[in-house]
Amino acid sequence: MKRYLSTILYGLLSIIFVAGARFGLINAYEQIVIMFIGINIILCSSLNLINGYMGEFSCGHAGFMAVGAYVTSILNIWFFTSSPVFGGPLFSPGSAIFLFPITLIAGGAAAALAGMLVAIPSVRTRGDYLAIITLAVNYIVKSSIENIQVIGGARGFMGMGKVVDSMTSVINLPWVMIWIFFFTAVCIWILNHFVNSTYGKGVIAVRDDEIAAEIMSVNTNRMKMVAFTLSSGLAGIAGGLFAHVLGYINPGSFTIMKSTEIMVMVYLGGMGSLSGSVLSAVSFTLLMEILRPLQVYKWVLIPLLLIILMLYRPEGIMGNRELTDVFPKLRRYFPSREL
Amino acid sequence: MALLELNNINHYFGGLQAVSNFNLNIDEGVLFGLIGPNGAGKTTIFNLVSGFYKPTEGEIRFNGKSIKGLKPHEVTSLGISRTFQNIRLWNSMTVLENLCISQHYRLGYGFIDSILYTGKYIEREKNVIKSAREFLEILEMKEYENEYPKNLPYGLQRRLEIGRALTIKPKILLLDEPAAGMASGDIEQLIQLVKWIRGKFKLTIWLIEHQMKVVMALCEKIDVLDFGEIIAEGTPSEIRKNPRVIKAYLGEEVTVHA
Repeated sequence: MKRYLSTILYGLLSIIFVAGARFGLINAYEQIVIMFIGINIILCSSLNLINGYMGEFSCGHAGFMAVGAYVTSILNIWFFTSSPVFGGPLFSPGSAIFLFPITLIAGGAAAALAGMLVAIPSVRTRGDYLAIITLAVNYIVKSSIENIQVIGGARGFMGMGKVVDSMTSVINLPWVMIWIFFFTAVCIWILNHFVNSTYGKGVIAVRDDEIAAEIMSVNTNRMKMVAFTLSSGLAGIAGGLFAHVLGYINPGSFTIMKSTEIMVMVYLGGMGSLSGSVLSAVSFTLLMEILRPLQVYKWVLIPLLLIILMLYRPEGIMGNRELTDVFPKLRRYFPSREL
Repeated sequence: MALLELNNINHYFGGLQAVSNFNLNIDEGVLFGLIGPNGAGKTTIFNLVSGFYKPTEGEIRFNGKSIKGLKPHEVTSLGISRTFQNIRLWNSMTVLENLCISQHYRLGYGFIDSILYTGKYIEREKNVIKSAREFLEILEMKEYENEYPKNLPYGLQRRLEIGRALTIKPKILLLDEPAAGMASGDIEQLIQLVKWIRGKFKLTIWLIEHQMKVVMALCEKIDVLDFGEIIAEGTPSEIRKNPRVIKAYLGEEVTVHA
């Protein structure tokens, strides 16, 4: 029973928020903040796999997010709406209700493929070099999208609102929020299992000592590929969800600024800590919203907070520990799986 | 047939010849020593065997099969395990985890199993942990299971590193200066440990060492390397008397004219 406590609590929390959104107890603005928290959790924890657990420095996460966002959006517009580019809907608009998660996963798969393509030539590089490669990839993705006029180029791509509407017209529920809750859970589930398996700990071995990992039979190149593919795939799913929260995307949403924002969350939470990533995604998103009235001065205060954090707690809120390490009493309620 | 054969190995770093015409046969069950002054090319030879460098010329055979050009992790999974001159443990993971990850090549499950928590995953993972615990027991380090390696005393770190190399279940173990930086009491223990694991696991061991005490106490056959070339070969007592070895280690006597 205890094993499922966290799942049950999370399920209850999701139901409360979804019901609140359905019956108007949570207004549209609050809904968007809640949805952004979920998306940021996915982005932050998936980047943590590379920057935290594997100790590499990837700063092109928004690029993979863009791939997922565009692929999912294009598929959805093509499948479920009539648009000047793709013509009439391929399936009945109502079927989006079943097919939406599939297009999301397709977007994730496309981003994973992009991640793998980047990983193949860059597994040999480390540190600064990898940072430059991923930075370049971020720009390549952004400029490519800007120059494909069929999908709107720099003007952006819209119409995802219609897809969401056609889902709500079948069953009146906040579908995007439901899928965000679902995929956030899936993302944490996958990452948690991965980094706690002996197979996935190969990634941590690469960070601690790559030469020792290689000589102790860990296929380091493959581990890097797997980590990169997984991380960018999850970023792609987050991108797809992001596109459907806003109903409109443009290449300007996926610049190096966005990548930096995700990195800030990773370092705030602690490298190599999943619960740290969740905590920091929640608190960072809320902080950004609370500071919204400050307008431009927000961008003075947040970097200042970062400087203070780096000075007094450079390892982030959690370091590389999990919540159950900091509060051992929590283990009584949330035991880790015993083998 | 020798277990490990190195035939006519030449290796260059740019224009520098680090290993020249190196030949070596190690038979099964032997405790073999390779000694030589600093910079003689000993560690380079280990790196060539374990796949970090690909020899410029020559052939490396293990069990009759060529292993030249294989990646380090592939060489390791064939049964060639090694330790390092400076200890390379994974310090952010516990002692037990260190001994688990080194079984990576025979995990028998993949990425999908690990995230879906399949029956195969649970079964194999149990085996991995069980075998890691067995090694902990063998190493007499049971009480340190959940300790982090960096918190262990130096001697125990060495012991753990050798233990980790053993979890590969190697046929041959390459020890790169295991006594480097050790106090004499620890060295005594190390000699006992190496002798003991050799008997316990029926291992072939190839040792690089600086400390003559260790080499003389352990090795049955010694090669002496200087400037990438073998200058002497034989039993410890033969090596001790060999004038070329003494010259390489102590330098030549030069008459200075006033």
